[in-house]
Amino acid sequence: MSRYVPSSELVERAARGEVPAIGRLISRAEAGMPEARGALATIYRRAGRAHVIGLTGVPGSGKSTLVAALTARLRTQGLKVGIVAVDPSSPYSGGAILGDRIRMSDLVNDPGVYIRSMATRGAMGGLARATLDAVDILDLGGFDTIIIETVGVGQDEVEIAKASHTTVVVSAPGLGDEIQAIKAGMLEIADIHVVSKCDRSDANRTLVDIKQMLTLGAATSAKPEWQTPVVGVSSYTGEGFDALTRAIDRHRDVAFGTASGSRRQLAIARFRLEKTAGNLLVERFAKAAATRAPALAERLRRRDADPYSLANELLAASFERGSAHERDHHRPPHFAEDHW
Amino acid sequence: MTQPIRVLLAKVGLDGHDRGVKVVARTLRDAGMDVIYSGLHRTPEEVVTAAIQEDVDVLGVSLLSGVQLTVFPKIFELLASKGADDMIVVAGGVMPDEDVVEIKKMGVREVLLQDTPPDEIVQTLTRLVTERGER
Repeated sequence: MSRYVPSSELVERAARGEVPAIGRLISRAEAGMPEARGALATIYRRAGRAHVIGLTGVPGSGKSTLVAALTARLRTQGLKVGIVAVDPSSPYSGGAILGDRIRMSDLVNDPGVYIRSMATRGAMGGLARATLDAVDILDLGGFDTIIIETVGVGQDEVEIAKASHTTVVVSAPGLGDEIQAIKAGMLEIADIHVVSKCDRSDANRTLVDIKQMLTLGAATSAKPEWQTPVVGVSSYTGEGFDALTRAIDRHRDVAFGTASGSRRQLAIARFRLEKTAGNLLVERFAKAAATRAPALAERLRRRDADPYSLANELLAASFERGSAHERDHHRPPHFAEDHW
Repeated sequence: MTQPIRVLLAKVGLDGHDRGVKVVARTLRDAGMDVIYSGLHRTPEEVVTAAIQEDVDVLGVSLLSGVQLTVFPKIFELLASKGADDMIVVAGGVMPDEDVVEIKKMGVREVLLQDTPPDEIVQTLTRLVTERGER
């Protein structure tokens, strides 16, 4: 691709499974290129077939290695697997070292596997802004199962559960007692709990802790059709992966074949909608703030007005059409033409 | 809106010397780039596949084992056959001056040897990507 290929043309190539086109479309989604917006809209409408698995857990719990071992299993079932591996951007330079791929190097020669590394670029919650666009593009490209590996997250980054059909939470032995597990978020979001590194002698303790914590909440569980399994695996010995793939298969049937699965799909759509709208709002607000905030701040300093009134003025400015900033950039003053 | 430059840094073949490539990875990250590191002992096929899946702007190959005249023809052949001939390929490491001339003829855009200051690496990659333009 030595010339600029229009995104609409890339869509057709990606739909035929052409890897360079898939790669380029993901790059354009990441860049938020206005030219690609129509193509992404087409892709979204045509996608929706793939089983999306979200995999999350603390840093060093073995997520990438587990993704590699799990993918190898899914390949034996004949499923094509797309992987989006998110790593953090440096809060200082904005740059990133994306290292998840190294753990997946055995998969590189398999044309049925596509691996894409993605930096968070300041996005919070464990996902990058274009992660879900990448999922749609891979879905269109014919990948049956798409695994999103989040950044190594701690205790309350639970966005992944709102974006995936099946959420797998990975815990590693030796990182804390059962109170860590019950604190917030990570216990509840899991459809499947995995304890990694089960070749280690203290893994059993972690398995027991998580199982006990799950029983405490059993009476109030929001998932009547699903008993959250706790599976011990060792990516090193291969132990436990049969049980894990069985659990994933069973959960896929729930996600695509039951009333609670339909509710989940609606919740995913709603999350996507609100997230996208939120990004648009932030974008418009940032533009308005860049031009209007200095003068408003000066009035605030002089105590001409109070913070709430001025903040409301700034918010109102975010929705002005044909604002100074937009005119400067010779862009038509339509909401829909703004960067998302 | 400027996007971070995406770079795949690769070690190919039996070469196990990765201190240099890690310093470069860190340097590029600190310059705001997205850096993907391949890990050691990759084949040209693996490197090219990864570069295309990741759709990097720049593929940087680090070589301290003297196999540049074997590896680069293979890499360019694979890039062309897989429809990724717009990828910028640079080399780094240690090699004889006459090999630098040879691999540049093959299509390596710049060769950044062991005495290259970090800033110059950043500037070189930035210039190459800027010259290429949007894609």
